[in-house]
Amino acid sequence: MNKRILTLVLVVMAMVVLSALPAAAQDDVFRVAAVAPSATNDLAFSQSMYKALTMLDEEMGDGFDFVFQENTFVVDDAAVALREWASSGEYDLIIAHGSQYGSIIEELAPEFPEVSFAWGTDVNTYGLDNVFAYTAAADQGGYLNGAMAAYMSESGTIGVVGPIEVGDAKLYIDGFVAGAQAVNPDVQVLVNYIQSFSDVPLATEAANTFVANGADILTGSAQMVVGPIAVAKENGLLWFGTQASQAELAEGAGVMFQVYRWDTILRDMIEKIQGGTLGGEAYTLTLANGGLQMVMGQAGG
Amino acid sequence: MIENILAPSVFATCLRLATPYLFAAIGEMFGQRSGVLNLGVEGIMLMGAFFAHYVVLSTGSLLLGVIGALIAGLVMGIAVAFVNVTLKAEQGISGIGVYLFGLGMSELLFKTLVGTPRSVSGFPPLHIPVLSDIQFLGIGQIFFQHNLLVYVAFALVPISAYVLRRTPLGLMIRAVGQNPEAADAMGISVTRVRYMTVIFGAMMAGLAGASLSIALLNVFQQNLTSGLGFIAIALVYFGRWRPFGVMLGALLFSFVNALQLQISAIGIDVPSEFAVMAPYVITIIALVFASKQTEKPTALTKPFDRGE
Repeated sequence: MNKRILTLVLVVMAMVVLSALPAAAQDDVFRVAAVAPSATNDLAFSQSMYKALTMLDEEMGDGFDFVFQENTFVVDDAAVALREWASSGEYDLIIAHGSQYGSIIEELAPEFPEVSFAWGTDVNTYGLDNVFAYTAAADQGGYLNGAMAAYMSESGTIGVVGPIEVGDAKLYIDGFVAGAQAVNPDVQVLVNYIQSFSDVPLATEAANTFVANGADILTGSAQMVVGPIAVAKENGLLWFGTQASQAELAEGAGVMFQVYRWDTILRDMIEKIQGGTLGGEAYTLTLANGGLQMVMGQAGG
Repeated sequence: MIENILAPSVFATCLRLATPYLFAAIGEMFGQRSGVLNLGVEGIMLMGAFFAHYVVLSTGSLLLGVIGALIAGLVMGIAVAFVNVTLKAEQGISGIGVYLFGLGMSELLFKTLVGTPRSVSGFPPLHIPVLSDIQFLGIGQIFFQHNLLVYVAFALVPISAYVLRRTPLGLMIRAVGQNPEAADAMGISVTRVRYMTVIFGAMMAGLAGASLSIALLNVFQQNLTSGLGFIAIALVYFGRWRPFGVMLGALLFSFVNALQLQISAIGIDVPSEFAVMAPYVITIIALVFASKQTEKPTALTKPFDRGE
């Protein structure tokens, strides 16, 4: 008799445990997993997303949780993490923060139709209704930065240290050049794409070379700009930034920064997912929708 | 046009770019001359760069920063020597381990202790009196307006050549790298010599890191060296295990790099992909036509066994 009761209790317990397992994603906590190519403290692309998730975490308290895998520049490594997260069924939203991850999302999303994915920077949802795409109209802040820079430049020469001529870096730099030329058609904007997002030594010497050639203002995009920022400070030049605020590092040199506010679109995605819509939409951060913000540095007055 | 491309600042940039390579490659050369290949230079450079930067950030003392980098190199060097010399590990594999350790550890420490990229006031340019004012061909600007570590790096070249060629210590190092059995029979401790060269090499790698984080760049960021350490190892082969050869390689590579930066800076429209490739391509071509007369240590990567 006792044995039967014991068996019954065990069976009931097992059923409770088993039924609770797949329900993990349906509890009250909204769980996000994100992968990014560089460090969460890169003062640039990855930090902008990390900061957005941290903001949501503070806002939503116990109702929000996220994991963040940084420094995953290699696409294959990101693919492993993304697949693991998707198959665990524990996450309400999986973010692939880097345009190089597109092909993984295209492959993974149809396999896990009940999981919501977001990736950027791009506008391509691959026609899948569980994929969000997001990008930033970085040319808008670039234009403002460029116009301001041309207005402030005394030597008439501005140096731009770019990474690889793609994505939001290219948008920003194209916008910057257009803005500068709109204010002063004679201004010389020298652009050097150093073919790397992370090579600080090379970015530094690129900036030094601009200084030697008369530049009095520098700008650039990607995480290697910490080098050029130090060059601007040491030589008494002005610095314009993008992606995240670099005001603290660029103390005394930083004029204006274009900051990505991914939190604005993440809030909308969370609302949609909670309402049962898992994707199918492409977002663009702009100055008009508040997704892009201009932040003044000390040197901006 | 040509005088724009070959402005004095280009040569000055070249000397600055060559500095971390010189420290790392000359140090590595000593290890290799005694028969030990340390593929972990990059990781040690990162540790040196981090500690130099962190110490300067906390104390403001550049001297302590340099000492911090040397100690970081010393500790890593003892570990490398222990693994490769005492435990006789496969040198190609263990070096990758050292690199990955340095990469991860420097990043972890950076994140925990510093948090976000911060700049320090590093070694300022020293304008050497009289010499730095020479206008002729821009010689003053090219050679005599650099920070202290640039001069130290170039001073290291003739000193190393002298030690290697003309001193008993140099003879011992070469003997251990060429024919450890014979050296051992002569009463030279192969183990002790290899420990010495590997540890010295690691300390120089630490200094190479410091030359970036507290002299040339004055910031630290995860993976700051981005492959410089591996190029330094290639330069040892390029230089045929001779200090002046290593310097020549470092200068050639840095000069082409400085040139491509200048070409973009003065607005000449060359596809940047080609410009960035150029230093590597030209270095490889130079390597093909370089003297085949080699001083490659015959015992390189071979652990020594007394066979007792």
